[in-house]
Amino acid sequence: MTPPALEVSLPVEKSGAASIESLATSDAPAIALRGLHKSFGSQVVLNGIALNVRSDETLAVLGRSGTGKSVLLKLIIGLQTPDSGSIRIHGQEITRLDLDALNEIRKKMGFLFQHAALYDSLTVEQNVAFPLKRHTKKTDSEQRDRVKELLAAVGMESDLQKMPADLSGGMQKRVGLARALALEPAILLLDEPTAGLDPITSGEIDELILKLQEEHDMASIVVTHDLRSAKTIADRIALLHDGNVLIEGSFDDLAKSTDEFVSEFLKRDS
Amino acid sequence: MRSTVTSVWSLINRFLEWFGDLGFFAWQVLRAAVRRPFEGRELIRQLDEIGSRSFPLVALAGAAIGAVLALETRSSLVQFGAKSMLPAAIVFSIIHETGPVVTGLVVSGRVGAGIGAELGAMKVTEQIDAIEASGVNPYKFLAFTRIVACILMLPLLTLAADFSGVMVGWLANTLVEPISFHKFIHQGLAGTSFNDFLAPTFRTSVFGLIIGMIACFQGMRTQGGTAGVGLSATSSVVLSSLFVILADVILVKVILVFFS
Repeated sequence: MTPPALEVSLPVEKSGAASIESLATSDAPAIALRGLHKSFGSQVVLNGIALNVRSDETLAVLGRSGTGKSVLLKLIIGLQTPDSGSIRIHGQEITRLDLDALNEIRKKMGFLFQHAALYDSLTVEQNVAFPLKRHTKKTDSEQRDRVKELLAAVGMESDLQKMPADLSGGMQKRVGLARALALEPAILLLDEPTAGLDPITSGEIDELILKLQEEHDMASIVVTHDLRSAKTIADRIALLHDGNVLIEGSFDDLAKSTDEFVSEFLKRDS
Repeated sequence: MRSTVTSVWSLINRFLEWFGDLGFFAWQVLRAAVRRPFEGRELIRQLDEIGSRSFPLVALAGAAIGAVLALETRSSLVQFGAKSMLPAAIVFSIIHETGPVVTGLVVSGRVGAGIGAELGAMKVTEQIDAIEASGVNPYKFLAFTRIVACILMLPLLTLAADFSGVMVGWLANTLVEPISFHKFIHQGLAGTSFNDFLAPTFRTSVFGLIIGMIACFQGMRTQGGTAGVGLSATSSVVLSSLFVILADVILVKVILVFFS
């Protein structure tokens, strides 16, 4: 198992965000979670979870349905707030940030939602241009060029004017991925990127994620049920059970584990 | 007896909770409204969506009211020998009450349902989360733009309803007993001041605030998949229509106090 990286505390104003560019060059892990708790009513979803992700690695988070994998991603990007615990992005604590400061952090994070969550009133081109329009000073033609470049990277350059409803599940995921990469994020969060796709399309999405990770130097967390996909794209795997990380390490570490739940999980999924 | 008290208490509790949540939502929208960027493009898109696309329905509703008023009022006024009051009765009734209220209710139905269903669908398909995750404030981008568009477009739509109502009222009247449009308007506006026209028209901005706020609130708090979306659309229409009628009663009293 990989030992947890040393967590670096940076002086942080209560509501201000330090420049993400300056933080990204620090030695702090890209994402550091400590003692994270989250409950919905009486249901405890996360129970003191701790995880680190380095700025150049991909961590796959596995676990049974309802173990809080998607909740974990939503906590990291600030869509939900933890009951207690710490979330540091490049050393900066984000649970105490105000909305403006949090939005600055979010600009350097890309999120691919489970069902892509494309804006269905916008075309493919407008979907990918959405973050560019709001957060960059690019001219319209520069935005168009960037959108074409992003869509070419995911193999969707010929579908600029299509509406999301006209796309298959795999195509929607590709466009969602292009949108997530629009602002060149330092951190990429992928929620079930291959869920609901056939094995061939799943394989294509995995290859695409691998290619994008090679081209863009970024930390990634991939939440998935798909063990084969996790094995392909992740440097490290964390298996969640009962609201906590049961085991964390390479796929071989998991395969060697004698824990009954781990063995059962690998056996069922293989 | 105890179960009745408990259910009434639970109903009051839910109502107060709903109001509290609505107040918090309004505060979030207000806070977002004063911060840059001001989402001008989205506001223009919403002005078109809410204004121009509601225009035909509102104008048609106004025309129907004008025709009905002309035909129904005529027989009553003839009975009392006050036929010459007909233009004034039509114009005053449309400008003062029927035009604003009908516009408010028609827009509650078309726009309220549209916003409730659209935002509800966006909520359950995580599109609102996606907007937030990309560093854009959904309270401003989705709610503020729609609420402002409703506030700005309601008075204009009311003018459209008033105009078509008066025009069709004149046409219906002319079919029975020809009268020139100039004479009809002259008689209709006799004894009517600018305040009689201004205050009722601009009170529809309050209707716009109510429709936009309630529809956005109901849409953005949608839960439970497609069934939830249907529920949000229905509740947006029912609640916004109800509060438009309540606001109308209150505003009529306020206008009588301040503008008469």
